[in-house]
Amino acid sequence: MSADQEQQTIRCLVAKVGLDGHDRGAHVISRALRDAGFEVIYSGLHRAPEEIVQATVQEDVDVLGISILSGAHDTLIPEIIDGLKEYDAFSDTLILVGGIIPDDDEKELKEIGVSEVFGPGASMEQMVEFVRENAPDKE
Amino acid sequence: MSDLIDELLSGKHRALARVITKIEDRRAGYRDLVSQIHQHTGNADVIGVTGSPGSGKSTLVDKMAATYRDRGLTVGVIAIDPSSPFTGGAVLGDRIRMGSNIGDMDVFFRSMSARGSLGGLSTATTDAVKALDAFGKDKVIIETVGAGQNEIDIVKTADTVMVLVPPGSGDDVQMLKAGILEIGDVFVVNKADLDGSSRTVQELREMLQYGDGDIPSTGGHHGAGSMDETEGLQLESEAEGWDPDIVETVAKRDEGVADVLDSLEEHATYLDESGEREQQSRTRYAEEIRTLVREDVNELLTAEINNQGGMEAYVDDVVARETDPYTVSDDLVGPLADCVRERREK
Repeated sequence: MSADQEQQTIRCLVAKVGLDGHDRGAHVISRALRDAGFEVIYSGLHRAPEEIVQATVQEDVDVLGISILSGAHDTLIPEIIDGLKEYDAFSDTLILVGGIIPDDDEKELKEIGVSEVFGPGASMEQMVEFVRENAPDKE
Repeated sequence: MSDLIDELLSGKHRALARVITKIEDRRAGYRDLVSQIHQHTGNADVIGVTGSPGSGKSTLVDKMAATYRDRGLTVGVIAIDPSSPFTGGAVLGDRIRMGSNIGDMDVFFRSMSARGSLGGLSTATTDAVKALDAFGKDKVIIETVGAGQNEIDIVKTADTVMVLVPPGSGDDVQMLKAGILEIGDVFVVNKADLDGSSRTVQELREMLQYGDGDIPSTGGHHGAGSMDETEGLQLESEAEGWDPDIVETVAKRDEGVADVLDSLEEHATYLDESGEREQQSRTRYAEEIRTLVREDVNELLTAEINNQGGMEAYVDDVVARETDPYTVSDDLVGPLADCVRERREK
Protein backbone atom coordinates (compact mmCIF):
# COMPACT_ATOMS: atom_id res chain seq x y z
CA MET A 1 0.00 0.00 0.00
CA SER A 2 2.87 2.36 0.59
CA ALA A 3 3.45 2.30 -3.15
CA ASP A 4 0.25 4.30 -3.22
CA GLN A 5 2.06 7.40 -2.15
CA GLU A 6 4.42 7.99 -5.01
CA GLN A 7 3.70 6.53 -8.39
CA GLN A 8 6.59 7.46 -10.58
CA THR A 9 6.68 5.91 -13.97
CA ILE A 10 9.11 6.44 -16.79
CA ARG A 11 7.29 8.14 -19.66
CA CYS A 12 8.52 7.71 -23.22
CA LEU A 13 7.54 9.26 -26.51
CA VAL A 14 8.15 7.06 -29.53
CA ALA A 15 8.27 9.38 -32.50
CA LYS A 16 8.25 8.96 -36.25
CA VAL A 17 9.33 12.06 -38.13
CA GLY A 18 9.28 13.02 -41.74
CA LEU A 19 8.41 11.03 -44.80
CA ASP A 20 9.09 7.60 -43.48
CA GLY A 21 6.37 5.02 -43.44
CA HIS A 22 8.27 2.23 -41.73
CA ASP A 23 6.61 1.91 -38.39
CA ARG A 24 6.97 -1.77 -37.57
CA GLY A 25 10.07 -1.04 -35.55
CA ALA A 26 8.39 1.81 -33.68
CA HIS A 27 5.46 -0.47 -32.84
CA VAL A 28 7.71 -3.24 -31.56
CA ILE A 29 9.69 -0.76 -29.48
CA SER A 30 6.52 0.78 -28.06
CA ARG A 31 5.36 -2.60 -26.99
CA ALA A 32 8.68 -3.57 -25.45
CA LEU A 33 8.74 -0.34 -23.46
CA ARG A 34 5.18 -0.89 -22.32
CA ASP A 35 6.01 -4.42 -21.20
CA ALA A 36 8.94 -3.03 -19.28
CA GLY A 37 6.37 -1.07 -17.27
CA PHE A 38 6.85 2.33 -18.91
CA GLU A 39 4.18 4.64 -20.22
CA VAL A 40 4.55 5.01 -23.93
CA ILE A 41 3.09 7.71 -26.10
CA TYR A 42 3.25 6.90 -29.77
CA SER A 43 3.25 9.84 -32.13
CA GLY A 44 1.88 8.16 -35.22
CA LEU A 45 3.43 8.40 -38.66
CA HIS A 46 4.72 11.33 -40.71
CA ARG A 47 5.08 13.86 -37.92
CA ALA A 48 6.75 17.20 -38.35
CA PRO A 49 9.62 18.11 -35.99
CA GLU A 50 7.48 20.79 -34.36
CA GLU A 51 4.82 18.22 -33.53
CA ILE A 52 7.40 16.08 -31.81
CA VAL A 53 8.60 19.10 -29.87
CA GLN A 54 5.03 19.95 -28.88
CA ALA A 55 4.40 16.39 -27.72
CA THR A 56 7.67 16.16 -25.78
CA VAL A 57 7.03 19.42 -23.96
CA GLN A 58 3.37 18.83 -23.15
CA GLU A 59 3.66 15.20 -22.19
CA ASP A 60 6.77 15.92 -20.11
CA VAL A 61 8.33 12.64 -21.17
CA ASP A 62 11.56 11.36 -19.69
CA VAL A 63 12.63 9.69 -22.89
CA LEU A 64 12.23 10.75 -26.51
CA GLY A 65 12.91 7.90 -28.90
CA ILE A 66 13.07 8.94 -32.53
CA SER A 67 12.72 6.19 -35.09
CA ILE A 68 14.02 7.19 -38.46
CA LEU A 69 14.81 5.07 -41.47
CA SER A 70 14.56 7.60 -44.25
CA GLY A 71 18.08 8.97 -44.02
CA ALA A 72 16.85 12.45 -43.17
CA HIS A 73 18.13 12.32 -39.60
CA ASP A 74 20.74 15.01 -40.23
CA THR A 75 18.01 17.52 -41.01
CA LEU A 76 15.14 16.49 -38.78
CA ILE A 77 16.85 15.64 -35.50
CA PRO A 78 18.67 18.99 -35.12
CA GLU A 79 15.34 20.70 -35.72
CA ILE A 80 13.75 18.72 -32.93
CA ILE A 81 16.63 19.45 -30.58
CA ASP A 82 16.49 23.17 -31.32
CA GLY A 83 12.76 23.14 -30.61
CA LEU A 84 13.27 21.37 -27.30
CA LYS A 85 15.84 23.97 -26.29
CA GLU A 86 13.41 26.73 -27.14
CA TYR A 87 10.91 25.31 -24.63
CA ASP A 88 13.48 24.43 -21.97
CA ALA A 89 12.86 20.75 -22.48
CA PHE A 90 16.25 19.69 -23.80
CA SER A 91 18.30 19.28 -20.67
CA ASP A 92 16.02 16.85 -18.89
CA THR A 93 14.95 14.66 -21.78
CA LEU A 94 16.89 11.55 -22.72
CA ILE A 95 17.06 11.50 -26.51
CA LEU A 96 17.51 8.19 -28.30
CA VAL A 97 17.56 7.45 -31.98
CA GLY A 98 16.76 4.17 -33.66
CA GLY A 99 17.20 3.29 -37.30
CA ILE A 100 19.79 3.17 -40.02
CA ILE A 101 22.37 5.75 -39.03
CA PRO A 102 25.88 5.72 -40.57
CA ASP A 103 28.74 5.83 -38.05
CA ASP A 104 29.87 9.34 -38.96
CA ASP A 105 26.36 10.67 -38.55
CA GLU A 106 26.04 8.89 -35.23
CA LYS A 107 29.02 10.83 -33.97
CA GLU A 108 27.44 14.11 -35.08
CA LEU A 109 24.10 13.29 -33.53
CA LYS A 110 25.75 12.49 -30.23
CA GLU A 111 27.58 15.79 -30.36
CA ILE A 112 24.33 17.73 -30.62
CA GLY A 113 22.70 15.91 -27.72
CA VAL A 114 21.51 12.46 -28.71
CA SER A 115 22.41 10.05 -25.90
CA GLU A 116 22.46 6.81 -27.80
CA VAL A 117 21.81 5.41 -31.24
CA PHE A 118 20.33 1.93 -31.60
CA GLY A 119 20.98 0.41 -34.99
CA PRO A 120 19.97 -2.89 -36.56
CA GLY A 121 20.74 -5.79 -34.23
CA ALA A 122 20.29 -3.86 -31.01
CA SER A 123 18.28 -5.87 -28.53
CA MET A 124 15.22 -4.84 -26.58
CA GLU A 125 16.86 -5.70 -23.28
CA GLN A 126 19.79 -3.46 -24.14
CA MET A 127 17.49 -0.57 -24.87
CA VAL A 128 15.22 -1.03 -21.85
CA GLU A 129 18.29 -1.32 -19.65
CA PHE A 130 19.73 1.87 -21.11
CA VAL A 131 16.50 3.73 -20.47
CA ARG A 132 16.30 2.49 -16.88
CA GLU A 133 19.85 3.58 -16.18
CA ASN A 134 19.77 6.90 -17.92
CA ALA A 135 16.25 8.24 -17.61
CA PRO A 136 16.60 11.68 -16.08
CA ASP A 137 15.41 12.25 -12.57
CA LYS A 138 13.12 15.25 -12.56
CA GLU A 139 13.87 16.85 -9.18
CA MET B 1 8.76 25.32 -5.32
CA SER B 2 6.51 28.26 -5.96
CA ASP B 3 8.85 29.30 -8.78
CA LEU B 4 7.22 26.55 -10.72
CA ILE B 5 3.78 27.96 -9.98
CA ASP B 6 4.93 31.45 -10.95
CA GLU B 7 6.14 30.07 -14.24
CA LEU B 8 2.91 28.21 -14.77
CA LEU B 9 0.83 31.30 -14.08
CA SER B 10 2.96 33.35 -16.44
CA GLY B 11 2.18 30.90 -19.21
CA LYS B 12 5.23 28.71 -19.50
CA HIS B 13 4.25 25.43 -21.11
CA ARG B 14 7.08 23.47 -19.62
CA ALA B 15 6.08 24.49 -16.11
CA LEU B 16 2.51 23.39 -16.71
CA ALA B 17 3.73 20.04 -18.02
CA ARG B 18 5.99 19.58 -15.03
CA VAL B 19 3.26 20.43 -12.54
CA ILE B 20 1.01 17.82 -14.11
CA THR B 21 3.84 15.27 -13.90
CA LYS B 22 4.27 15.97 -10.21
CA ILE B 23 0.55 15.62 -9.69
CA GLU B 24 0.48 12.36 -11.58
CA ASP B 25 3.51 10.95 -9.79
CA ARG B 26 2.30 12.29 -6.47
CA ARG B 27 5.79 13.59 -5.97
CA ALA B 28 6.70 14.94 -2.59
CA GLY B 29 5.35 18.45 -2.41
CA TYR B 30 2.64 18.09 -5.00
CA ARG B 31 -0.02 18.89 -2.46
CA ASP B 32 1.51 22.30 -1.84
CA LEU B 33 1.51 22.93 -5.55
CA VAL B 34 -2.15 22.09 -5.89
CA SER B 35 -2.96 24.21 -2.84
CA GLN B 36 -1.22 27.17 -4.41
CA ILE B 37 -3.00 26.67 -7.69
CA HIS B 38 -6.46 26.50 -6.19
CA GLN B 39 -7.08 30.22 -5.86
CA HIS B 40 -6.37 30.70 -9.54
CA THR B 41 -8.97 28.19 -10.68
CA GLY B 42 -12.63 28.38 -11.47
CA ASN B 43 -12.54 30.01 -14.87
CA ALA B 44 -12.37 27.09 -17.25
CA ASP B 45 -15.32 25.20 -18.64
CA VAL B 46 -14.66 21.51 -18.01
CA ILE B 47 -16.08 19.01 -20.46
CA GLY B 48 -15.93 15.27 -19.94
CA VAL B 49 -16.00 13.06 -23.02
CA THR B 50 -16.62 9.37 -22.74
CA GLY B 51 -17.77 6.49 -24.89
CA SER B 52 -16.86 2.96 -25.83
CA PRO B 53 -13.47 2.21 -27.41
CA GLY B 54 -13.50 3.04 -31.09
CA SER B 55 -16.45 5.40 -30.90
CA GLY B 56 -14.26 8.22 -32.15
CA LYS B 57 -13.58 10.18 -28.98
CA SER B 58 -10.05 11.23 -29.84
CA THR B 59 -10.95 12.28 -33.36
CA LEU B 60 -13.90 14.31 -32.15
CA VAL B 61 -11.88 15.90 -29.36
CA ASP B 62 -9.25 16.89 -31.92
CA LYS B 63 -11.86 18.59 -34.11
CA MET B 64 -13.50 20.21 -31.11
CA ALA B 65 -10.17 21.65 -30.03
CA ALA B 66 -9.55 23.00 -33.53
CA THR B 67 -13.02 24.55 -33.67
CA TYR B 68 -12.57 26.18 -30.27
CA ARG B 69 -9.28 27.60 -31.49
CA ASP B 70 -11.10 29.05 -34.52
CA ARG B 71 -13.44 30.74 -32.07
CA GLY B 72 -10.44 32.27 -30.32
CA LEU B 73 -10.48 30.07 -27.23
CA THR B 74 -7.62 28.14 -25.69
CA VAL B 75 -7.96 24.46 -24.95
CA GLY B 76 -6.48 21.89 -22.62
CA VAL B 77 -7.05 18.20 -23.16
CA ILE B 78 -6.43 15.34 -20.77
CA ALA B 79 -6.74 11.95 -22.44
CA ILE B 80 -6.84 8.93 -20.17
CA ASP B 81 -5.97 5.46 -21.39
CA PRO B 82 -5.88 2.22 -19.44
CA SER B 83 -2.63 0.76 -18.17
CA SER B 84 -1.62 -2.85 -17.92
CA PRO B 85 -2.55 -4.34 -14.56
CA PHE B 86 0.47 -6.63 -14.86
CA THR B 87 3.40 -4.40 -15.68
CA GLY B 88 1.87 -0.97 -15.07
CA GLY B 89 3.01 -0.06 -18.56
CA ALA B 90 0.75 1.60 -21.07
CA VAL B 91 0.61 2.70 -24.67
CA LEU B 92 -1.15 6.03 -24.81
CA GLY B 93 -2.43 6.41 -28.33
CA ASP B 94 -4.88 9.30 -28.20
CA ARG B 95 -2.28 11.73 -29.38
CA ILE B 96 -2.14 10.08 -32.79
CA ARG B 97 -5.53 11.57 -33.64
CA MET B 98 -4.54 15.09 -32.70
CA GLY B 99 -3.70 16.03 -36.26
CA SER B 100 -5.68 19.27 -36.46
CA ASN B 101 -3.62 21.18 -33.94
CA ILE B 102 -0.09 20.67 -35.16
CA GLY B 103 2.37 23.02 -33.59
CA ASP B 104 -0.42 24.96 -31.88
CA MET B 105 0.83 25.25 -28.33
CA ASP B 106 -2.43 26.81 -27.24
CA VAL B 107 -3.91 23.35 -27.41
CA PHE B 108 -2.28 21.64 -24.48
CA PHE B 109 -2.74 17.93 -24.90
CA ARG B 110 -1.72 15.56 -22.16
CA SER B 111 -1.98 11.77 -22.09
CA MET B 112 -2.47 10.11 -18.75
CA SER B 113 -2.56 6.45 -17.91
CA ALA B 114 -4.96 5.05 -15.38
CA ARG B 115 -2.02 3.86 -13.28
CA GLY B 116 -4.18 1.16 -11.77
CA SER B 117 -4.69 3.21 -8.66
CA LEU B 118 -7.64 2.90 -6.35
CA GLY B 119 -9.63 6.01 -7.00
CA GLY B 120 -6.36 7.87 -7.37
CA LEU B 121 -7.12 8.57 -10.99
CA SER B 122 -9.96 10.88 -10.16
CA THR B 123 -7.81 12.81 -7.71
CA ALA B 124 -5.00 13.12 -10.24
CA THR B 125 -7.44 14.15 -12.95
CA THR B 126 -9.10 16.77 -10.76
CA ASP B 127 -5.73 18.22 -9.88
CA ALA B 128 -4.48 18.20 -13.46
CA VAL B 129 -7.65 20.01 -14.54
CA LYS B 130 -6.91 22.62 -11.88
CA ALA B 131 -3.44 23.11 -13.34
CA LEU B 132 -4.87 23.67 -16.83
CA ASP B 133 -7.53 25.96 -15.40
CA ALA B 134 -4.98 28.05 -13.52
CA PHE B 135 -2.80 28.21 -16.62
CA GLY B 136 -5.71 30.04 -18.23
CA LYS B 137 -7.28 27.53 -20.56
CA ASP B 138 -10.83 28.51 -21.52
CA LYS B 139 -11.96 24.96 -22.17
CA VAL B 140 -10.65 21.81 -20.58
CA ILE B 141 -11.64 18.52 -22.14
CA ILE B 142 -11.21 15.24 -20.28
CA GLU B 143 -11.35 12.24 -22.52
CA THR B 144 -11.71 8.79 -21.05
CA VAL B 145 -12.59 5.36 -22.26
CA GLY B 146 -16.03 4.54 -20.98
CA ALA B 147 -16.06 1.69 -18.53
CA GLY B 148 -18.31 1.88 -15.51
CA GLN B 149 -16.68 3.58 -12.58
CA ASN B 150 -14.40 5.66 -14.76
CA GLU B 151 -17.40 7.43 -16.16
CA ILE B 152 -18.67 8.27 -12.72
CA ASP B 153 -15.21 9.59 -11.98
CA ILE B 154 -15.24 12.05 -14.83
CA VAL B 155 -18.70 13.22 -13.84
CA LYS B 156 -17.11 14.42 -10.68
CA THR B 157 -14.58 16.58 -12.45
CA ALA B 158 -16.55 17.82 -15.47
CA ASP B 159 -19.20 20.52 -15.68
CA THR B 160 -20.70 19.00 -18.78
CA VAL B 161 -20.57 15.34 -19.72
CA MET B 162 -20.66 14.26 -23.31
CA VAL B 163 -21.26 10.63 -24.21
CA LEU B 164 -20.33 9.23 -27.59
CA VAL B 165 -22.45 6.43 -28.96
CA PRO B 166 -21.42 4.69 -32.16
CA PRO B 167 -24.23 3.62 -34.47
CA GLY B 168 -25.46 0.08 -34.08
CA SER B 169 -23.98 -0.27 -30.63
CA GLY B 170 -26.53 -2.84 -29.61
CA ASP B 171 -30.09 -2.78 -28.45
CA ASP B 172 -31.70 -0.71 -25.72
CA VAL B 173 -30.57 -3.02 -22.99
CA GLN B 174 -26.92 -2.49 -23.87
CA MET B 175 -27.34 1.19 -23.30
CA LEU B 176 -29.06 0.66 -20.00
CA LYS B 177 -26.41 -1.77 -18.94
CA ALA B 178 -23.59 0.61 -19.65
CA GLY B 179 -25.23 3.09 -17.29
CA ILE B 180 -24.43 5.93 -19.63
CA LEU B 181 -27.85 7.50 -19.85
CA GLU B 182 -27.72 9.00 -16.40
CA ILE B 183 -24.42 10.75 -16.77
CA GLY B 184 -24.69 12.33 -20.23
CA ASP B 185 -25.68 15.96 -20.70
CA VAL B 186 -25.02 15.79 -24.41
CA PHE B 187 -25.12 12.61 -26.47
CA VAL B 188 -23.21 12.40 -29.70
CA VAL B 189 -23.89 9.72 -32.26
CA ASN B 190 -20.58 9.79 -34.06
CA LYS B 191 -19.86 8.09 -37.38
CA ALA B 192 -23.35 9.17 -38.38
CA ASP B 193 -22.62 8.26 -41.97
CA LEU B 194 -22.75 4.59 -41.05
CA ASP B 195 -25.84 2.42 -41.31
CA GLY B 196 -28.02 2.31 -38.26
CA SER B 197 -27.22 5.83 -37.17
CA SER B 198 -30.77 7.14 -37.23
CA ARG B 199 -31.97 4.05 -35.43
CA THR B 200 -29.41 4.63 -32.70
CA VAL B 201 -30.57 8.23 -32.39
CA GLN B 202 -34.16 7.02 -32.16
CA GLU B 203 -33.32 4.45 -29.51
CA LEU B 204 -31.36 6.95 -27.51
CA ARG B 205 -34.23 9.41 -27.60
CA GLU B 206 -36.65 6.77 -26.38
CA MET B 207 -34.40 5.66 -23.60
CA LEU B 208 -33.89 9.24 -22.45
CA GLN B 209 -37.65 9.76 -22.39
CA TYR B 210 -38.11 6.74 -20.16
CA GLY B 211 -35.68 8.38 -17.84
CA ASP B 212 -37.85 11.49 -17.63
CA GLY B 213 -41.07 9.60 -17.12
CA ASP B 214 -42.53 7.67 -14.24
CA ILE B 215 -39.99 4.91 -14.30
CA PRO B 216 -37.42 5.87 -11.71
CA SER B 217 -34.07 6.69 -13.14
CA THR B 218 -31.30 4.51 -11.84
CA GLY B 219 -29.25 7.56 -11.04
CA GLY B 220 -31.60 8.68 -8.27
CA HIS B 221 -31.48 8.14 -4.55
CA HIS B 222 -32.21 4.48 -4.51
CA GLY B 223 -30.39 2.90 -7.39
CA ALA B 224 -26.97 4.03 -6.42
CA GLY B 225 -26.97 2.90 -2.83
CA SER B 226 -23.76 1.01 -3.31
CA MET B 227 -21.80 4.20 -3.74
CA ASP B 228 -21.89 6.26 -0.61
CA GLU B 229 -21.11 9.53 -2.28
CA THR B 230 -23.55 9.39 -5.17
CA GLU B 231 -26.20 11.30 -3.25
CA GLY B 232 -24.44 14.47 -4.14
CA LEU B 233 -24.05 13.96 -7.84
CA GLN B 234 -27.19 15.87 -8.69
CA LEU B 235 -28.11 13.39 -11.35
CA GLU B 236 -31.74 13.62 -10.49
CA SER B 237 -32.18 17.33 -10.61
CA GLU B 238 -30.27 17.41 -13.85
CA ALA B 239 -32.67 14.94 -15.38
CA GLU B 240 -35.50 17.26 -14.39
CA GLY B 241 -34.07 20.55 -15.53
CA TRP B 242 -31.99 19.70 -18.55
CA ASP B 243 -33.08 17.58 -21.48
CA PRO B 244 -29.97 15.96 -22.88
CA ASP B 245 -29.28 16.88 -26.49
CA ILE B 246 -28.56 14.30 -29.14
CA VAL B 247 -26.20 15.42 -31.90
CA GLU B 248 -25.07 13.50 -34.95
CA THR B 249 -21.51 13.94 -36.14
CA VAL B 250 -18.98 12.61 -38.58
CA ALA B 251 -15.92 13.76 -36.67
CA LYS B 252 -13.49 12.60 -39.30
CA ARG B 253 -15.00 14.96 -41.87
CA ASP B 254 -15.63 17.72 -39.35
CA GLU B 255 -19.40 17.42 -39.77
CA GLY B 256 -21.60 18.39 -36.85
CA VAL B 257 -18.69 19.48 -34.67
CA ALA B 258 -19.96 23.06 -34.48
CA ASP B 259 -23.36 21.70 -33.42
CA VAL B 260 -21.70 19.78 -30.62
CA LEU B 261 -20.00 22.91 -29.37
CA ASP B 262 -23.25 24.86 -29.55
CA SER B 263 -24.95 22.16 -27.57
CA LEU B 264 -22.21 22.23 -24.95
CA GLU B 265 -22.53 25.99 -24.82
CA GLU B 266 -26.28 25.68 -24.24
CA HIS B 267 -25.64 23.35 -21.36
CA ALA B 268 -23.11 25.76 -19.92
CA THR B 269 -25.69 28.54 -20.10
CA TYR B 270 -28.23 26.29 -18.45
CA LEU B 271 -25.77 25.57 -15.65
CA ASP B 272 -25.28 29.27 -15.06
CA GLU B 273 -28.91 30.26 -15.23
CA SER B 274 -30.31 27.47 -13.13
CA GLY B 275 -27.70 27.89 -10.45
CA GLU B 276 -26.75 24.33 -11.13
CA ARG B 277 -23.13 25.23 -11.70
CA GLU B 278 -22.68 26.54 -8.22
CA GLN B 279 -24.46 23.56 -6.74
CA GLN B 280 -22.35 21.24 -8.88
CA SER B 281 -19.10 22.77 -7.80
CA ARG B 282 -20.10 22.65 -4.14
CA THR B 283 -20.91 18.98 -4.50
CA ARG B 284 -17.62 18.44 -6.23
CA TYR B 285 -15.56 20.13 -3.58
CA ALA B 286 -17.39 18.17 -0.90
CA GLU B 287 -16.57 14.99 -2.75
CA GLU B 288 -12.97 16.06 -3.18
CA ILE B 289 -12.60 16.72 0.52
CA ARG B 290 -14.16 13.36 1.34
CA THR B 291 -11.79 11.56 -1.00
CA LEU B 292 -8.73 13.32 0.38
CA VAL B 293 -9.72 12.66 3.96
CA ARG B 294 -10.31 9.02 3.16
CA GLU B 295 -6.96 8.70 1.40
CA ASP B 296 -5.06 10.54 4.09
CA VAL B 297 -6.55 8.55 6.93
CA ASN B 298 -5.89 5.40 4.99
CA GLU B 299 -2.28 6.37 4.48
CA LEU B 300 -1.82 7.31 8.11
CA LEU B 301 -3.19 4.01 9.33
CA THR B 302 -1.35 1.98 6.74
CA ALA B 303 1.86 3.43 8.09
CA GLU B 304 0.67 2.59 11.58
CA ILE B 305 -0.03 -1.00 10.60
CA ASN B 306 3.53 -1.31 9.34
CA ASN B 307 4.75 0.31 12.50
CA GLN B 308 2.90 -2.23 14.63
CA GLY B 309 4.66 -5.11 12.96
CA GLY B 310 2.93 -5.27 9.63
CA MET B 311 -0.26 -6.64 8.21
CA GLU B 312 1.03 -10.20 8.25
CA ALA B 313 1.26 -10.24 12.03
CA TYR B 314 -2.38 -9.21 12.33
CA VAL B 315 -3.38 -11.79 9.77
CA ASP B 316 -1.50 -14.47 11.74
CA ASP B 317 -3.46 -13.60 14.86
CA VAL B 318 -6.74 -13.62 13.01
CA VAL B 319 -5.95 -16.96 11.37
CA ALA B 320 -4.99 -18.41 14.75
CA ARG B 321 -8.40 -17.25 16.05
CA GLU B 322 -6.70 -15.14 18.68
CA THR B 323 -8.48 -12.07 17.49
CA ASP B 324 -10.82 -11.04 14.69
CA PRO B 325 -10.73 -8.39 11.97
CA TYR B 326 -13.19 -6.08 13.76
CA THR B 327 -11.12 -6.03 16.91
CA VAL B 328 -7.99 -5.34 14.91
CA SER B 329 -9.68 -2.44 13.19
CA ASP B 330 -10.94 -1.08 16.53
CA ASP B 331 -7.44 -1.27 17.95
CA LEU B 332 -5.99 0.62 15.03
CA VAL B 333 -8.64 3.28 14.69
CA GLY B 334 -9.22 3.64 18.43
CA PRO B 335 -6.36 6.06 19.14
CA LEU B 336 -7.49 8.25 16.27
CA ALA B 337 -11.04 8.30 17.59
CA ASP B 338 -9.70 9.21 21.04
CA CYS B 339 -7.75 12.10 19.61
CA VAL B 340 -10.74 13.44 17.76
CA ARG B 341 -12.95 13.12 20.83
CA GLU B 342 -10.40 14.94 22.95
CA ARG B 343 -10.23 17.79 20.48
CA ARG B 344 -13.98 18.07 20.27
CA GLU B 345 -14.37 18.25 24.03
CA LYS B 346 -11.90 21.09 24.36
